[in-house]
Amino acid sequence: MRWGRARTGEAREGLDPHSSELETEQPVRSIEGRGPWLLAWERLRRDRVAIGSFVVIVLIFLAAIFAPVFTLLTGHGVDTQYRTTGLTPDGLPMPPSAEFWLGTDDLGRDILVRIAYGARISLLVGVVATLITVAIGILVGLAAGYFGGIVDTVLARLVDVVLSFPFLLFAIALVSITGPSLAVAIIAISAFSWAAVARIVRGQVLSIREREFVEAARSLGASDWRIMFVDVLPNVMAPVIVYTTLLIPTVIVIEATLSFLGLGVPPPTPTWGGMLNDAISYYQVAWWFIVFPGAALVITTLAFNLLGDGVRDAFDPGSDRR
Amino acid sequence: MKGLHVMTESTTTTAPARISEGSGSTPLLEVRNLVKHFPVRSTGVVRRVVGQVQAVDDISFTVQRGSSLGLVGESGCGKSTTGRLVTRLLDPTSGEVRFEGNDIASLRPKQMLPFRREIQIIFQDPYSSLNPRHTVGSIIGTPLQVHNIVPKNKVLSRVQELLEVVGLNPEHYNRYPGEFSGGQRQRIGIARALAVRPKLIVADEPVSALDVSIQAQVMNLLESLQKEFGISFLFIAHDLAVVRHFCPEVAVMYLGKIVEVADRESLYTQPHHPYTQALLSAVPDVRQAQVGGRRERIRLFGDVPSPIDPPSGCRFRTRCWKAQDICATQEPPLQALANGHRVACHFAAPPTIEDARASQAAAAEAVTLESEGAVADA
Repeated sequence: MRWGRARTGEAREGLDPHSSELETEQPVRSIEGRGPWLLAWERLRRDRVAIGSFVVIVLIFLAAIFAPVFTLLTGHGVDTQYRTTGLTPDGLPMPPSAEFWLGTDDLGRDILVRIAYGARISLLVGVVATLITVAIGILVGLAAGYFGGIVDTVLARLVDVVLSFPFLLFAIALVSITGPSLAVAIIAISAFSWAAVARIVRGQVLSIREREFVEAARSLGASDWRIMFVDVLPNVMAPVIVYTTLLIPTVIVIEATLSFLGLGVPPPTPTWGGMLNDAISYYQVAWWFIVFPGAALVITTLAFNLLGDGVRDAFDPGSDRR
Repeated sequence: MKGLHVMTESTTTTAPARISEGSGSTPLLEVRNLVKHFPVRSTGVVRRVVGQVQAVDDISFTVQRGSSLGLVGESGCGKSTTGRLVTRLLDPTSGEVRFEGNDIASLRPKQMLPFRREIQIIFQDPYSSLNPRHTVGSIIGTPLQVHNIVPKNKVLSRVQELLEVVGLNPEHYNRYPGEFSGGQRQRIGIARALAVRPKLIVADEPVSALDVSIQAQVMNLLESLQKEFGISFLFIAHDLAVVRHFCPEVAVMYLGKIVEVADRESLYTQPHHPYTQALLSAVPDVRQAQVGGRRERIRLFGDVPSPIDPPSGCRFRTRCWKAQDICATQEPPLQALANGHRVACHFAAPPTIEDARASQAAAAEAVTLESEGAVADA
């Protein structure tokens, strides 16, 4: 009688709040839990590259939000064409100078001001399209993974179809019907990117669904709705957040691509992709015209990617630390 | 235990209507002819059903109010499936699960809700049974909110009472499961089950994942909870010593069937089914070891057959030293002996020294045959 012996000595110990298991932690008031989110944040905080990238991203956001400040600083309007001061006598763009810090474009407009305003479009599309994408992807992935069966079959096939669609051809066709606009760009991007998110979420849900805490929730009478969003969703958020930070730069590049092809936000609204398109024909005479918008795009994309790497390392320590 | 009294009062005053009490004679839980088959599907596009895993096949048992039934058997015998059928985490293929006389075997999720307050489950694995993204307070508070047991502003104080009841520091409600040891996590799981004040708890091997020293503490906790609150347990285990300590009545399962049920005294001293005898024979005996005596152990040969294609007649016959022709053709029914002891065997009898010798001889023969087969193969 193993238990009988244990009982004589430690009869009440199992019920004593200060039993041996807890002795190391004597009454400390207001004990704060260190949850997975907090731990991830603390790891991220020690990652210099990620924090540096985050600072760069914040600066780009500030530039976009306070783009009119650049107008004030330079005294140049965003769409104003400075035909006398901003163009050479031959009608070519002016190189960087005290007047035009990053030079002018083919119509004599200030590139610096246009890059600042272009950041608005890039970030707006990047963030909004990504949020829509992730929201759709989470809903579809959760439903497919959690309900399984016929729901899963249908949704999984839908994901396959969307992923096998040629995106650019579809975007060109869509724009030729609706005409280019910000909303169309966002819709076109979201309609094609959610499938990858759905796939990631579904895979995670399939493994989380089998854990016993889901059974526990069911045995407590929690509804499917509650289990999906309260119990399962927080456990799939780590990879989703990582994917989201990596999706934003991808979407920014896609937006630039669309604008470059004339399928994005129509002129005269400045976009980085549109500026690059304009610059193509001048690359031999006006390097600044193509380099600065391109650099803005590369720096933004790179910062988001590096931050995404840091976020992944923070959520999954030991994944690929040197 | 001041927490206990507070707990009792708050439930009686604020709890919405519970399920009506059955009459005194109805057992708390009565399982009749319960069957669970899992379809086996072929891989590929069409996924035809090619077989059935007969995880639980026609079992019946009862759990009396305030009492506990132990369900024993080796891995894969269907005991955990039974526990999940009783809690309706799985849907039975057929059969009845009567809780206080109400058949809950085929209730829809909405209809099942009131019974979820009466029947709770404690899981084997204290790691996967707690949501790593929720604080302890949220884990234990969930049942309180789902069933509206206490008003929102009382949830925290109730959670702290429950933590105290299971012997944890009430200040720890803000912590995450990852910050606790296995034994502490199992206590959290117990507190979660207790939150709804259930009448029946299905304990699915609640201590087998814990260190031996912690096992005793958790068992003592369960025992005191049973005494304080009069909770009945369906106690699933593969450790006969644990069950013997905890359960007045014990059922032994083999390959989806109950092969023997008896009160613990009768089962442990007079096991009539060869499988029960083999199980008991595998338990180390301290007293015997002290006097230096060697016991004649019953040896089983071979592995548990596949539940997709179980043996005809008696399912144990392929490993039984007593097996005769009748065992292959007729399935032995669960027959009553004296004082409620029931056994499903054509040759039910208490164990003798001859049983041990016969089983060892049969095991040896099986090993020889196997090695000869291996030689022949080579």
